Parts: sequence; C-alpha cells; structure tokens
Amino acid sequence: MFDFSIVTNWIHQWLLSLMPQGWAIFTECVAVGIGIILLYALLAIILIYMERKVCAAFQCRLGPNRVGPWGCIQVICDVLKMLTKEIFTPKGVDKKLYNLAPYMILLASFLTFACLPISKGLEVLDFNVGVFFLLAASSIGVVGILLAGWSSNNKFSIIGAMRSGAQIISYELSAGMAILTMVVLSGTMQISEIVGMQTNGWLIFTGHIPAFVAFIIYLIAGNAECNRGPFDLPEAESELTAGYHTEYSGMGFGFFYLAEYLNLFIVAAIAATVFLGGWMPLHIPGLDGFNTIMDYIPGFIWYFGKAFFVVFLLMWMRWSFPRLRIDQILSLEWKYLVPISMINLLVMALVVTFGWHF
Amino acid sequence: MKNKNNYFGILFQGLSSLGVGLKTTMKEFFTKKITEQYPENRNELQMFDRFRGALTMPHNADNEHHCIACGLCQNACPNGSIRVVSEMVETEDGKKKKQLLRYEYNLGSCMFCQLCTNACPHDAIQFSNEFESAVFDRNKLIRTLNNPGSKVATKKS
Repeated sequence: MFDFSIVTNWIHQWLLSLMPQGWAIFTECVAVGIGIILLYALLAIILIYMERKVCAAFQCRLGPNRVGPWGCIQVICDVLKMLTKEIFTPKGVDKKLYNLAPYMILLASFLTFACLPISKGLEVLDFNVGVFFLLAASSIGVVGILLAGWSSNNKFSIIGAMRSGAQIISYELSAGMAILTMVVLSGTMQISEIVGMQTNGWLIFTGHIPAFVAFIIYLIAGNAECNRGPFDLPEAESELTAGYHTEYSGMGFGFFYLAEYLNLFIVAAIAATVFLGGWMPLHIPGLDGFNTIMDYIPGFIWYFGKAFFVVFLLMWMRWSFPRLRIDQILSLEWKYLVPISMINLLVMALVVTFGWHF
Repeated sequence: MKNKNNYFGILFQGLSSLGVGLKTTMKEFFTKKITEQYPENRNELQMFDRFRGALTMPHNADNEHHCIACGLCQNACPNGSIRVVSEMVETEDGKKKKQLLRYEYNLGSCMFCQLCTNACPHDAIQFSNEFESAVFDRNKLIRTLNNPGSKVATKKS
C-alpha cells in the first residue's frame, strides 16, 4: 500500500529548504485549503450529476443526456448559470445573519470534509479524538440552517429551519450512538487508527450483528441529517417552497445546494471509513495472494469506491420512500432508533468484553 | 401475527414494508427506460396503437373505402371539424343512393375525442399514428380524406 506521507514529507522538506518553518507551514495550509475546496467543488458536481442520473433510473427515465456526452456537462452549465445570477436580498432580513448563514453551513461541511482519510497518509486532520471532532463539527451546520431560517423574514423559512433543527438535533443522537458502537469495537477515536484496525477485515464484518445494526441506523440517521430522502421535510417543496433557503438566490442558494450534496458525501464517507474500512483494501485473512492483488489498487480508489457505494445506498433510500410527517420523524427517532442503538451499544460492549468478534 | 400492534410487531412490519419498497425501486432501476429520444429515433419510433394522431380513411388496393356518406361522424363531431359532401345517385336497379364526393377533415379544430370513429357504422375512418402535423399555413390542415377517384367498397355477396 503506497504511503502518501512520503510525498507530503518530501514537499515539507522541500518547502523547509526554501523558507523558514512558519512560512512553510503557512504555505502548506493554504495549499491544503485550496486542494480541499477544489475537491469539494469537483465532488459536488459529480454528486449532483450522479443524483440526477440515479434518480432518473429509479423513475424509469434517462436523466440529463443532451448537454455533452451523456449529459455530463449539464451540471457545469448549471453551476455557471448560478454564478451569473443576481444575489438578491429581500426586504426586512437581518442582513448580517442572512449573509453569514450559507458560510456557516459551508464551514461545517469543510471541517468535516477535512477529517476524511482519503488515502494512506492523506488525512488532513488526524488526532486522537478525530471521530468526536467530526461529530462536533458536523453539528455546526444546524446553526447555519437555523440562522438562514431566522434571518430570512419568511414564514416558510422559519418553519423549515425549526423542523430541520428538531430533526438534526434528534438524529445526531442516534448517528453518534452508531459511531460510538464502532468506537467501542475499534477501541480508538483516531480516524487513521480506526482505518488501520481494519487491515484484517472491515469492522462491519468483524463486528458482525451489532456492527450491521449500527450501519443501518447510521444510514437512516445520516440521511436525516442531510435533510434528504424521506426526511426532507425541512425543505418540503410542496408545502414550504424550499424551506430554510427559500429567500436565497444565486450563489447563496448555491452554497446551500453544495453543502447539501457534500453532506451527503461526508455521511457516506464516514460510513465508509468507520464501517467499510476507509482506504483499506478488502482483505480476507488467510488468502495472501488475494490480499496482495487487492493492495495494488490505490487507497483513494478504494475510498471513493466505498463512499460512492454508500452514496448510492442513500440515494436508493431517498428515491424509494415518501416523506415522513414531523411527528413520525420524531417518533421514529425517539421510540425506535435511540432505544435500539442504545441496546446495540450494550450488545457491542458485551461482544467486545467477551471477545465474540473476529 | 397475534401481536401485530405491539412495539416489535410494528417494528418488523415496518422494516419488511420498507424492504418491499426498496426491492420495487431496485427492480425499476434495472428495467428498460421508457424515454423516447425523439428526433434521433425518428425512423424506428413506434407509437402505441391507441395513439390518436390524425383522422384517416383507409383505402384498399382497388382505391375503395367504406364510407357510405351517412354523415353520422359529422353530427357526432363536437367541433364541426368534419364536413361530408355527398350527392344522390340512382343505381342500376333504380334505387337512390348517397355517394361520397369529398370528406373534409380539419385537423386544426379536431380535439381527438374519437367520437367520429365511434359513431361510424362501417369503420370507414380511424385515427393514425402520424403526429408530425405542424405546418406554416392553417389551410393545409384542412384535409380531404378520400382519395381522388375512390368509390365505396361494394358489399361482398
């Protein structure tokens, strides 16, 4: 398995030979930031295209296929269109908060995005409470949603934001609990160590039943946290126009749209990291020939492959189920997911204590 | 099944119904897509049988149609799109008989309700699958359906 820290160390040494340490670190930070932003935009375009195609296939259609081969330039055209639109501020909005809200949401998803271990040695943020930081950073997004709803001076926005707040805060609980179950199994919160744990089998296989239950719970809660799928009632087009981002136009709306899709990717990528082994290739203990062949496939291909597989699962869920009511959402969370994930955590603790895992 | 309304009953019932939903959409994911990419597949495009494109009067190989000029279609048409021009002729055995001269059909005012074809006692008219009916002049939409020189098919005795 190629270790990308060789490359990053080489760049670091090269920069140190050119400038003092402070400047070298500053340059690296800027470079990493630009890299993350570029990857973020690229992934958003890929995800929007994928969503449109997958959604079309589920509805027995073909999806965009006119602009460019197979319609692949469609999303780029949409982005350019959005960039040229007027940014309009409605009357009576709280200007400061109104302009701040999209950046809060982007900030949250950038911070979580930086935690993702794309390949061996390619983790941007990697420290001993990585999973904890990841959960905390992803919760900042709800602040942005509430701000957007509150500052828009619009009844639809405030209803959408309140629903979103209630929903995200509730589902954060079971998502956190599902990840906690896996932290119990892996015994560490550092993301690179969690990935390293899975050399001899991904956690969803080594943790068998409780890990699988946690995976399902995480997928449901993750879908709810991105305000997608059957849980899209903060946006509920039929009743709230567009929910909390009704009043945003141009790139303000674009940021919400971008963050929505990137949050989808982040949820999928966390699931891929914690349950499906991150960049770790598929290893079957005992089959050494097979394992070495798998090692030849680079880590980031494994990583994006797994992440997009989970993205597909989430899209499958989204385009299968009708939207839930707010009371149904809350009863699903508090009466089913939370108790089940608590019991699941207990089961996992027992499994780990008695060594029943592989 | 007796505990259908308790906590776990509802839970498993819900899970299985979600599974059915996921299975249905996955089946749909792999079915052939129904989208017709019209201008590209113009040559092989097959419209469905019941599609109502434009009214036509089929003629057989001897240039014969089945219209007896009874005018039921003209009466049935709510928009007055059909005009049946007929004449009275005397047959060899001295009977008076109506004969079709011109069957005028205005595609522009037709609303494709199919009342005319339902009213026709001889199935002389039917809707075709032709749908590319855009023209630059409205007068071109008024069509004469019977071929020049055609006559009514004689009943096989």
